[in-house]
Amino acid sequence: MEILEILISANFWAAAIRIATPLIFGVLGALVCERAGVLNLGIEGIFVAGAMAGWLAVYLGLPLWAGVAIAAIVGGAFGLIHAGLTVPLGLSQHVSGIGVTMLATSLSYFVYRTALPNVSSPPRIVPFQPVDVPVLSDIPFLGPVLFSQTPLTWLAFAMVLVVAWLLYRTPLGLALRAVGDNPASVDAQGMSVTSLRIGAVVAGSALMGIGGAFLTMSAFDAFFFGMVNGRGWICIALTVFASWRPGKALLGAILFGAFDAFQVRLQTVIGSALPSQIFLMLPYVLSILALVLVARRADYPRALLQPWFQGQR
Amino acid sequence: MTHGTAAEPAAGEAVLSLRGITKRFGSLVANEAVDLDVRRGEVVALLGENGAGKTTLMNILFGHYVADEGDVLVAGEGGDLQELDAGSPRAALAAGIGMVHQHFTLAENLSGFENIILGTQGLLDLSVSRRGARRKLEALMREAGLDVALDRQVSRLSVGEKQRIEILKALYRDARILVMDEPTAVLTPQEVERLFETLRRLTSGGLSVIFIAHKLSEVLAIADRIVVLRGGRKVGETARSVADRRLIAEMMVGRHVPTTRREPGRRGGVLLELRDVSSGEPSDRGALTEVSLAVAAGEIIGIAGVSGNGQSRLSALVAGLARPRGGVLRLFGSEVSHHDPRRFAAAGVARIPEDRHHDGIIGGMTVAENVVVEEIRAKDYSRWGFLRKKAIRSRAEAAIRGYDVRCQGPDAPARQLSGGNMQKLILARVLDRAPRLVLANQPTRGLDVGAQSEVHRRLLEARARGAGVLLISEDLDELLSLSDRVAVMHGGRLSEAIETERVGRTTLGLMMAGHGREEAA
Repeated sequence: MEILEILISANFWAAAIRIATPLIFGVLGALVCERAGVLNLGIEGIFVAGAMAGWLAVYLGLPLWAGVAIAAIVGGAFGLIHAGLTVPLGLSQHVSGIGVTMLATSLSYFVYRTALPNVSSPPRIVPFQPVDVPVLSDIPFLGPVLFSQTPLTWLAFAMVLVVAWLLYRTPLGLALRAVGDNPASVDAQGMSVTSLRIGAVVAGSALMGIGGAFLTMSAFDAFFFGMVNGRGWICIALTVFASWRPGKALLGAILFGAFDAFQVRLQTVIGSALPSQIFLMLPYVLSILALVLVARRADYPRALLQPWFQGQR
Repeated sequence: MTHGTAAEPAAGEAVLSLRGITKRFGSLVANEAVDLDVRRGEVVALLGENGAGKTTLMNILFGHYVADEGDVLVAGEGGDLQELDAGSPRAALAAGIGMVHQHFTLAENLSGFENIILGTQGLLDLSVSRRGARRKLEALMREAGLDVALDRQVSRLSVGEKQRIEILKALYRDARILVMDEPTAVLTPQEVERLFETLRRLTSGGLSVIFIAHKLSEVLAIADRIVVLRGGRKVGETARSVADRRLIAEMMVGRHVPTTRREPGRRGGVLLELRDVSSGEPSDRGALTEVSLAVAAGEIIGIAGVSGNGQSRLSALVAGLARPRGGVLRLFGSEVSHHDPRRFAAAGVARIPEDRHHDGIIGGMTVAENVVVEEIRAKDYSRWGFLRKKAIRSRAEAAIRGYDVRCQGPDAPARQLSGGNMQKLILARVLDRAPRLVLANQPTRGLDVGAQSEVHRRLLEARARGAGVLLISEDLDELLSLSDRVAVMHGGRLSEAIETERVGRTTLGLMMAGHGREEAA
């Protein structure tokens, strides 16, 4: 009974969407990279870098949206490193991605420590506040669920529409879907495989950077070590779950958010019976199960992980 | 295809001229001082063995490679020849050169229509303009007599349909010169006829076609002019009307080619028998449905068919790599209970796999290791879990000598071998053990004429020795010259095996396209 109560409470769904927001950015970013044929395991580190850079910019006095822009630029820059190594040079996408994750994570901690050598407790900023929409916010249930969110959540929803429209309605999207399936098709039509792929990885990484910024500028108001905590890896799995489609990406992210919000509330209901680690594990276990169910039919971009060199076929 | 301007070059004028093209890759000379002129509305066949430099030449034309020496000139708007920017596919496309590659350059996750309009619009346009494109395409399809479902996803199209999409792709970009690289390799005879009809229609409208092929018989039906390449040089040129088959064949190869002749054989007991065997998920393409087949000692049974119709499954079954879902598989007189490739090989099945690079050799291992890899557990080559290096080496040396495998020695990595030498290595591995049943799946695909006749000789030798041979091939000439009986595979079903003397190419072609034998005859 109490479980049912959790599931119909507005507070629970509001939390689910809040938790889902960085994942939406991350999955969309990973999806754009992978549609072009490049796996970007730099995502975990790019989250950290975006979180740190966006927060630091605001802490040093810039406006919040400038912080978001800086997070995107920093994410894109790490994406450029990954793209440079994997696209024109054709190095292993796994190795380069893990390398970028380690580089971006360590560099972020280094910059944080260098910029703030003497702080003991993490300094705070004034984060994004929930947008209060007159009338809409007062609708029962939907009001608190949807209209208690910060602008970055709205941006995430908007990005779902933008990426979907880009992929399925524009010549660029057509080229992007083609280059991840058979780069030769793009080359034979006189376009550059290399620039398309680099562009996709940079753009996707910028989205990941914004996802990281949400953590320090909206969900919390400070930067902690280890705060990304595997969210990037979850995004990689959710991309498969989503079959590389933006709509399903949104669905997957919210589903994971719901699992996570649910386990927190479940702890308060049957908390003492089980160790809390079991509850913490729950969303991941459920995600793996969901993945097992859908991934058998997953329609991988055929050229994913395959480097491409002009004139060699 | 004539689009627009009044100042199109008249028939007979050159629309393309390659002059003195030379291209080297390291020490290898792929093209040497090649001249080629193409006139408006003609079909020029570029004929040559694998490695003769045909594809390299066309890749230079299309801007994938840059020539070390020489010029590419294309007729411009006014009909005068202008130099083409080297190394730019975009420039080649703009100059009206369209290319249909041997391996199609289609994105399988998109529809045919999307593949055609891919890259024809500014990348930053806010939406794909479909309607105008659609109108132009439909007009083109009517004009050229090309018919294909434009909105179906490419992965669900047949090979012939994919090829038509590729042609439309070029026509949509107003190609005036169409290059087709080995276009007939994957088609049934009827599809080839249909392609030729389309090409005739297009050339009468002013399109020029360069037709790359390695089989003479095909180009005789379509080409106006035949240009022969060998070792990167142009070695001959002739009008089709005065072409001498034998002379052209010798030009291609550079020496006299022995023709393979099948002596009458002595048929022995049945070695392999399949009765109503089904295998694979019925919904899968390439699954087998109630296949019956018998191969006896001293005969070659040919399996014809367009690839993807179940041949891979059949060969996997006979090699012990797959198991039947229903029916009976008898090998050497007893029903098989353990479908295990090692047991099959040990019992006397020689496997010549379809994809020699992928399944035939292990590229990172040496030639010697590759020769003995199937027998590595035999006492001759290992004892107490240790390899007997000396025995392995001497076996490999014998194989290299006996089968003329050109390599740097037993210790060279197998990946360095050419396709023909890889195949000889595989022959040495499996035929030297005097197998009772030889399973040869596409044994000459991609090989030059010399290596082909060597493979044929070895297969006939095995037959003469009393082995049964199951020969799966897409090459009808090969099947008709080697097989005692031929069966046709289509949609996972196998026809009855017919005596080769009583079956013609046309009948086989129709059966390959799915017609029954009575219908086809």
